[in-house]
Amino acid sequence: MWDYLKLIGLGLLALLAAIAANYAHDLAYQVNAVTVMLAAGISFLYVLRTAGDPRPNLQHEYFDGVVRAGAIATAFWGVVGFLVGVVIATQLAFPQLNFEWAQGYLNFGRLRPLHTSAVIFAFGGNALIMSSFYIVQRTSAARLFGGSLGWFVFWGWQLVIVLAATGYVLGATQGKEYAEPVWYVDILITVVWVAFLVAFMGTLFKRKEPHIYVANWFLLSMILTVAMLHLVNNAAIPVSIFGSAQVQLYAGVQDAMVQWWYGHNAVGFFLTAGFLGMMYYFVPKQAERPVYSYKLSIIHFWALIFLYIWAGPHHLHYTALPDWASTLGMVFSVILWMPSWGGMINGLMTLSGAWDKLRTDPIIRMMVVSIGFYGMSTFEGPMMSIKAVNSLSHYTDWTIGHVHSGALGWNGMITFGVLYYLVPRLWNRERLYSLKLVSWHFWLATIGIVLYASSMWVTGIMEGLMWREVDANGFLVNAFADTVAAKFPMYVVRALGGGLFLTGALIMCYNLWMTVRAQPQRVTQHAAVPAE
Amino acid sequence: MAFLDKHKVIETNATLLMILSLLVVTIGGIVQIVPLFYLENTIEKVEGVRPYTPLELAGRSIYIREGCYGCHSQMIRPMRDEVERYGHYSLAAESMYDRPFQWGSKRTGPDLARVGGRYSDEWHQDHFTNAKSVVPESVMPPYGFLFNNLIDGRYIQDVVATNRMAGVPYTDEMVENALADFKAQVDPLGDFDGLEARYGEEAFGTPINVRNFDGTDALTEMDALIAYIQVLGTMVDFSTFTPVANR
Repeated sequence: MWDYLKLIGLGLLALLAAIAANYAHDLAYQVNAVTVMLAAGISFLYVLRTAGDPRPNLQHEYFDGVVRAGAIATAFWGVVGFLVGVVIATQLAFPQLNFEWAQGYLNFGRLRPLHTSAVIFAFGGNALIMSSFYIVQRTSAARLFGGSLGWFVFWGWQLVIVLAATGYVLGATQGKEYAEPVWYVDILITVVWVAFLVAFMGTLFKRKEPHIYVANWFLLSMILTVAMLHLVNNAAIPVSIFGSAQVQLYAGVQDAMVQWWYGHNAVGFFLTAGFLGMMYYFVPKQAERPVYSYKLSIIHFWALIFLYIWAGPHHLHYTALPDWASTLGMVFSVILWMPSWGGMINGLMTLSGAWDKLRTDPIIRMMVVSIGFYGMSTFEGPMMSIKAVNSLSHYTDWTIGHVHSGALGWNGMITFGVLYYLVPRLWNRERLYSLKLVSWHFWLATIGIVLYASSMWVTGIMEGLMWREVDANGFLVNAFADTVAAKFPMYVVRALGGGLFLTGALIMCYNLWMTVRAQPQRVTQHAAVPAE
Repeated sequence: MAFLDKHKVIETNATLLMILSLLVVTIGGIVQIVPLFYLENTIEKVEGVRPYTPLELAGRSIYIREGCYGCHSQMIRPMRDEVERYGHYSLAAESMYDRPFQWGSKRTGPDLARVGGRYSDEWHQDHFTNAKSVVPESVMPPYGFLFNNLIDGRYIQDVVATNRMAGVPYTDEMVENALADFKAQVDPLGDFDGLEARYGEEAFGTPINVRNFDGTDALTEMDALIAYIQVLGTMVDFSTFTPVANR
């Protein structure tokens, strides 16, 4: 019965998508509609071919197929996102790479949202979905809730990524940073995200462990908050159901406030709370030590999620946003430093008594460096949110450097550590193919980040100072174009740093691939045993 | 720490954990966002700001489509150097019809909040085609392809109507004549009295730019984009503006 319903639904979806493609007002919409049609068609065929097959009862086993797929997707989208990043960094240094023949499709302006979305939502999103599915099953000692719901979340998310990415290149965007997908992609995101919440909460409900482990608090708050942010920030009216054009429900100053409430908490919850959830599970596991302080985790969890939401207006200092709002944003951003470092302390101190592993275990090294970068950027962030500092740093490359020390250093490194931890376990291999290659990855990535962050500090502070420099008579010293020219060498260094980071990620892919392909099987089977 | 022991209640009850965390994360947003819709001094009372003409609106959507906001801000802060470089600091009123707002967050290129009228149309045509031809240091990508993209305003009435639905004060007349106004703005030899009456000096205090913006015979995306660029920051009548200290 259920299969018939699925077939009807998918068939209908394919048909509607075909009609939509036919009536499309713009190219991006048309291509997206064809993509949806193909996705629905392929799913239809798959359901048709497997309908009525006997379903083995797998309730005593963890649902790891979707985690394996998530690990592959994380590595794949990571490389894509880093690659586009290196391309656009190089475009800034050498603008002739905005090719005339590409008719604008590959210009910096269209590739930049592709880069940010690929890294945050494709790489980061897959990492979050994959690891929360892994963590919630282990810490609940229960199979993922909802039968094949996990697969729906996984494939739905990939479809979101493909629709958004092709849309950007073909010109469909709603023009809000980090929330560029247009209305119909936003609807799909909502559906997939609710399914994610259901799978996660359902597993918590049927857990066999009385306590909900701390990692799950962070993951749950991430899922809930991102849903709230997404729904409020993307409120818009489509111009037509057959086109990607839309009009935002809020305008001007209110839209700015909503956007940065969203934007900052995409960082705060997607990239921080969610990844702290990863840290709380995988760092103790890899270090084979319990979490340093249970009480600290309670305090910093509630403080972090309460305070983060207030920090958005620090993106709008000295703008037309009323002063009271931006001052509130600054105050809470500075206070936020404390719970952020609570997380850092809890992560780092988990290694108490196991610090010697830094010498022997490059995976631990990766995790520790990621927590270090987390601590560094959560100090830098509050500092930059102080109005006096912000008056210099805002609009400059310093912001870009800050974001990347967080994204590459914290999110990237912890995800690499998690992938190195997970892949041998998920594919039942005895060990990684090569720890030496992990070391290579570690050093390439670290040096890459250092080059990236320091070159952006230099250009950011330099251009901030050049913009405001006046001579003895009170005239501005530099034309805007002078600052652009002055940044060239540092732009090359930045692209180089990004290239090193990308190279490291490629080495990781090779290492993980060889682990699955060439390493001997481990004998034990993974049955549902409670997390110890 | 007996108090923290009570946390056991939350961490053994998934529903409670969900409800409490949702409550905790909603507070900040409510306090910061909701008042902006109600406090009267959020948007200054100034004269001159008008809804975009249909052509400017189309240009704005091209600006958004090309991701210009990734490198250009439209928000001048009240610091000495910014006011000197770009002009009067930006008012909230100036973006009150911007859906979405385009304040930006990064200046890889200069701020554009008051770029309107600062350069000629010809300068913009050259600059969009090859930015280095007028600014040798520029790293801006080429946008010459906009000359090749013809537009006919097929859906412009829907766009204007949707903007009105969202709250932009377009009148019935403006919606009905959207397509005619769209075409009239690039035809200085034609009849643009209606356009001028609806959006121009009589209604809002500043005449409409009616020109062949891209210098070619066809109506192209370049026309629309330059029309949009040329109106940026030119609307407010600053003689009617008095800063409010408590804002």
